[in-house]
Amino acid sequence: MTRLSKRFLFALVFALASCLARAAGQTYEKTLSNGLKVIVQEDHRAPTVVHMVWYRIGAMDEVDGTSGVAHVLEHMMFKGTRKVGPGEFNKRVADAGGRDNAFTSLDYTAYFQQVPRNRLGEMMMLEADRMANLVIRRDDFAKEIKVVMEERRLRTEDRPEGLVHETLMATAYQAHPYRRPIIGWMQDLMNMTADDARAWYRRWYTPNNAYVVVVGDVDKDEVFRLAERYYGKVKRRAVPQAKLYLEPPQRGIKRVVVKAPAKLPYLVMAWKAPKLQDVDRDREPYALEMLAGILDGHEAARLARNLVRGSRIAVSAGAGYDFTVRGQALFTLSGTPLEGRSAAELEQALRAEIARIQKEGVSAEELERVKTQIIASEVYKRDSMMAQAMEIGRAEAVGFSWRDIDRMLEKVRSVSAEEVRAVANKYFSDDNLTVAVLDPQPLEQAAPRPPAAAPRH
Amino acid sequence: MKKKLLGLIVLVFAAAAQAGVAIQHWTAPSGARVYFVESRALPIVDVNVDFAAGAAYDPADKSGVAGLMRALMGAGAGDLDEEKIAGRLVDIGARLGGATDLDRAGFSLRTLSSPKERAAALDLMRTVLQAPTFPEAVLEREKARTIAGIREADTRPDSILSKRFWAAVYGGHPYGRNPTVDSVQRITRDDLLQFYRSHYGAKSAVVSVIGDLSRAEAEELAQRLTDGLPPGADNARLPRVTLPEKDTVRIPHPAAQAHVALGLPAVRRGDPDYFPLLVGNYVLGGGGFVSRLTKEVREKRGYAYSVYSYFHPLRLEGPFQVGLQTKREQAAEAVQVVQATLEDFLERGPTAAELATAKQNLIDGFGLRIDSNRKILEYLAVIGFYQLPLTYLDDFPKLVAKVSAEDVRAAFRRHVRPENMVTVTVAAD
Repeated sequence: MTRLSKRFLFALVFALASCLARAAGQTYEKTLSNGLKVIVQEDHRAPTVVHMVWYRIGAMDEVDGTSGVAHVLEHMMFKGTRKVGPGEFNKRVADAGGRDNAFTSLDYTAYFQQVPRNRLGEMMMLEADRMANLVIRRDDFAKEIKVVMEERRLRTEDRPEGLVHETLMATAYQAHPYRRPIIGWMQDLMNMTADDARAWYRRWYTPNNAYVVVVGDVDKDEVFRLAERYYGKVKRRAVPQAKLYLEPPQRGIKRVVVKAPAKLPYLVMAWKAPKLQDVDRDREPYALEMLAGILDGHEAARLARNLVRGSRIAVSAGAGYDFTVRGQALFTLSGTPLEGRSAAELEQALRAEIARIQKEGVSAEELERVKTQIIASEVYKRDSMMAQAMEIGRAEAVGFSWRDIDRMLEKVRSVSAEEVRAVANKYFSDDNLTVAVLDPQPLEQAAPRPPAAAPRH
Repeated sequence: MKKKLLGLIVLVFAAAAQAGVAIQHWTAPSGARVYFVESRALPIVDVNVDFAAGAAYDPADKSGVAGLMRALMGAGAGDLDEEKIAGRLVDIGARLGGATDLDRAGFSLRTLSSPKERAAALDLMRTVLQAPTFPEAVLEREKARTIAGIREADTRPDSILSKRFWAAVYGGHPYGRNPTVDSVQRITRDDLLQFYRSHYGAKSAVVSVIGDLSRAEAEELAQRLTDGLPPGADNARLPRVTLPEKDTVRIPHPAAQAHVALGLPAVRRGDPDYFPLLVGNYVLGGGGFVSRLTKEVREKRGYAYSVYSYFHPLRLEGPFQVGLQTKREQAAEAVQVVQATLEDFLERGPTAAELATAKQNLIDGFGLRIDSNRKILEYLAVIGFYQLPLTYLDDFPKLVAKVSAEDVRAAFRRHVRPENMVTVTVAAD
């Protein structure tokens, strides 16, 4: 569509923006006296509701020796309280016609239920109860820690990409806690005790370190009333100040190789990059986001067009950047070379894509395409209550407000071609780079690893 | 004219029967069957077009044609090359995707409903559906990518398990075939053309539409998307599915975890036993954290992170599958627990309490299955393709409510016979 005139593009963005206004839901916020923030987004399209509780605590707040404890505690949160027996939480949600689960990231831990709208109060009762009254029984812990080890085998040990990412993070960061895997090192899981999980819970699980996100067919006043009734009773406790970690400046390229059973190599290149700190004054994070979009934000973006379809060097190639993190951000390029091409060739091709932008910049049309994607995604997101709740939760988790979300998107849309070129020149130095490569090993030669020592309890 | 009248009658009936989601149905002049839900809350239109062109229809020695052909349709159509197609979609903020499973293959489009964007998106989808060019150079590239994918997948325990499970359960039946390096290498442009001409006819097209548009607009849209499709030879019928003999397949692999699957061909779409099987399976292994399998394997013993069972109904008997991953040293014990749990369930069925819980979750939670346009679109596509009753979404809770413990026991006895169960393990000690 090179012949599309600029005026037409402008008109399109305008039309899309009005679509967006029509799709927007109403959001409200209230903070209870115990410090728990409650955020409600009304969405009346279907008689269901998403209820999420987010704790401002994640794997990055762990210390060496107990890596994985944030996630282990997340598992233990389903094992009962003084009032609710083991397994009872899931049963109560199921009886309400609902589904539930939880997830742990480097930055936060979150729990959610999707239920018919009239069951919200009961969900709040259950979540408020386990916010304060969790009971961690020794034999439940002994069984659940095995489940977590199975999860680690599934997600990491037997998944070459999982191993590459774990190794990449452990290499890119020397001091910053992002170097530890969320799931935890296997040896740390083997050494972990119920007391480790209890200590974690006591330290971090309190209403003033949490917030609730509700999206669905609800009335905000009713939600605030329910929240007051159930969560309002939970007493606040002092939360230790989470430590500020700064990764010391990197002094030269880091390279690491991971050998694992596979057929094709896999390559990840990660540059340290700034995160968003000031929504209004920062510019570079938005420019890096735009750069990621130009490289890999849509079907016609550069990496797929040039490396997968054009030169055919890659089976797949991608770019990643997230400016909403509590720790240190990374800008990544990754990919799998096509058979007959090496990881080194793919690395050169990925570097050449950055070099071209450093030298020639990007076109107005490319900027426009990313902006169009942002707006369309905003509209499409409204079809999923879960996606909306996730977006709010993620922004709040790193210290922003849900009110900042639209402004952040607006800011990305305001990025100029010059700004993209400037960040491409500033942040992609080798001194700042970590490269991790999967060196595929034939299955026949890989003997089963000896079983690790049994856990001590 | 007659056809139109029939469509109208069906519609009136449907409108009367639908309390929740009002599905309108008609046959377009092209012969395509259309299923439509008007939903004005969001400025979005979602369209799905499916054909009886899944992988089961692959020529026997050329497994992979169905998938490769469908993927190639978006890589050149009319006078547009793949870069122009991708660029146009991006410029209007539209998303064109698609999928190939065993029975079905097709495309789905999500676009903004504003007139200009919608029209441009539908024009593009129409061109892709009606005038694919299958450029030789793109075919060669995509074959290379597909082969690379197969070679990689053949090193992964989960992919190996899946392929070997379907092969063991379905023997030589098309449902049991998988693309191989050789079968993909044999595929030519002529194979794609021939497959397109014989399987992408308007009469086998099922068009599902939901979103911000009127019935009249949906009628025009469905007709325009299907009016220039090939005449379409009638589809080769699939051979009957035969049940395998009880068998165990063990595949060595160096992984830390064994991957295990047990199952057999079990149930067709539209089988009246589907609801007893659904309710029963919720109790056995479908109900996530509250299922018997999760309790026995995960909660009580810590053997697995994930253990599940499900029915996957297809045009012919789709599989029932139980699966888990567990540390390779304890695979035998874990499989024993699974088998004992399954045997006990087949013997005794659900308890009264379990049955009540399962029904309550499926009935009260039904709203969660249809709380977005995308989810409803998926139901429309299934209802349309398998010609399920238009009242399916309304019937769902009622049919669940009717299920008794005896229904579950009887349905499981009919569809899950231990003497026909196949067990496949990858990387077990």
